[in-house]
Amino acid sequence: MAVISLEQVGYSYSGKELLSDVSVDLSPGSFHFLTGPSGSGKTTLIKLCYGALLPTVGRVRAFDADLAALDRDQTALLRRRVGVVHQDCRFLDHLPLADNIALPLIVSGRDMGQENTNLTDLMHWVGLSARADALPPELSGGERQRAALARAVIMSPDVILADEPTGNVDWDMSQRLLKLLVELNRMGKTVLVASHDLALIRAAKNQVQARVLRISEKRLQLAGADL
Amino acid sequence: MKKGDIRELLAGDVQADRLVPPSGLTAHLTIFVSGAMAFLAVFALALSLASGRLADRWADELARSATLRISASADQRAVLTEAALAILEQTPGVASARAMTPEEQAALLAPWFGASLPLDSLPVPQLIEVVADGPGYDAEGLRLRLSAEIPGAVLDDHTRWREPLVRAAGSLRTLGVFSVLLIGCAMAAMITLAAHAGLAANAQVIEVLRLVGAQDRYIANAFERRFTLRALIGAAGGMALGVFGVALLPSAGDADGFLTGLGFQGAGWLVPLLVPLLGAGVAFAATRAAARRRLERLQ
Ligand SMILES: Nc1ncnc2c1ncn2[C@@H]1O[C@H](COP(=O)(O)OP(=O)(O)OP(=O)(O)O)[C@@H](O)[C@H]1O
Ligand SMILES: [Mg+2]
Repeated sequence: MAVISLEQVGYSYSGKELLSDVSVDLSPGSFHFLTGPSGSGKTTLIKLCYGALLPTVGRVRAFDADLAALDRDQTALLRRRVGVVHQDCRFLDHLPLADNIALPLIVSGRDMGQENTNLTDLMHWVGLSARADALPPELSGGERQRAALARAVIMSPDVILADEPTGNVDWDMSQRLLKLLVELNRMGKTVLVASHDLALIRAAKNQVQARVLRISEKRLQLAGADL
Repeated sequence: MKKGDIRELLAGDVQADRLVPPSGLTAHLTIFVSGAMAFLAVFALALSLASGRLADRWADELARSATLRISASADQRAVLTEAALAILEQTPGVASARAMTPEEQAALLAPWFGASLPLDSLPVPQLIEVVADGPGYDAEGLRLRLSAEIPGAVLDDHTRWREPLVRAAGSLRTLGVFSVLLIGCAMAAMITLAAHAGLAANAQVIEVLRLVGAQDRYIANAFERRFTLRALIGAAGGMALGVFGVALLPSAGDADGFLTGLGFQGAGWLVPLLVPLLGAGVAFAATRAAARRRLERLQ
């Protein structure tokens, strides 16, 4: 059973078709890259995977549930099981970094006293222990991306969807982020990474068994050996 | 407001409070307007309660007493008075009837003519005080019978000038109640606007909370809590000032006039305590409705 599956999905923004007949299964523990030119619909496809958008055609299933059939509360609960690194990070600028990372825990009513070690460990894992009190606008691009990744995994989700997790960072930092994602995959998490950075994808091939999906002319294809 | 809602509101999530950034201006305006509304509501309540009391008292007192006037020459007077008293005694609904003594009549006239009035030498009618019991008597029937048997007898049951007064006091009470309702609606409208402004200003925050798995209830609660507390604080302050103002009004004393009677009496002083509670309830409902509407736009 796939963790997330798209069945003949089509999506149009106000009548303008962007994706058509997209079918893909993210099986448990798999690692996928999603690539394609800017504007091809990578972010849109990721949004379809966690119910931020509902397909105009076809069906999206997550943990065997049809996302279009979930009520609002169920959608919220689903998002606690799917870790998302948003392309623009989506922090609350008035809250210190530690709170931003802990946000999913806070809104799900977890006892923060008990979760403190979890948070500390995670901030250490992404190398941000010293930045706990910084406000998001004070962070560098690499720090933001690592914080976004930490927030995505703090609920120990089964699946991680990362939208351009290495945007705005230099090569060394993108390698570091890639390592973290590979580490998560080794822990058994299903990972989908949207990226237009082909060099990164090539570098990843040495570290992990990854399938590369490409959006081309509204359709999703499996990229071949040219990568 | 259900019991669970109140518990949720009070217990609240201190963490949740911090997630929405504080908003100085909306907060201050909400508190101020709630206070002003509560202040006005206290006066409208005082007006309504006082005019209600007045209407009841006038209606009650005036309905119970009437005056029978007998104008007759001095020699016939005693006979006709006796006859009138006999008729009144037989009339169902009359509790008692009593001829006023010359001294009592002189006392009634004294304020107008002075105490040294030689009452004996003036053609002053004899007055009989009639007091009705519970259901009262048939004034028209009594009038007919009196006019047939006792020439020069006039029954004045005060209806003529009682009715407009009681009606005026009654409408004043209705006006007061209506004002309280209007104030409540105005407050609901104002809090709705403020809540919409607050929600719009925090659209990004709400979106992020929703993205990381917050349920609608959780997000709405953060706002409900804020606006309910602000309305409660503002309205409590306004209510206290209003009650203070009412307490400072001159007391009724003996005068029993309308303006001096404007205030609360006895347990009535507890009624204003409802104002902040109702204000908080209105704020809660208005914010909840606004939050629901806002959240539904978000997938
Ligand atoms: N809310 C929206 N309403 C209308 N059009 C939109 C909306 N969001 C995205 N689009 C359009 O859909 C297309 C695909 O957008 P999307 O963000 O999915 O692309 P992308 O592959 O992630 O691009 P990039 O690599 O630049 O991040 C773009 O042309 C964009 O303008
Ligand atoms: Mg994108």
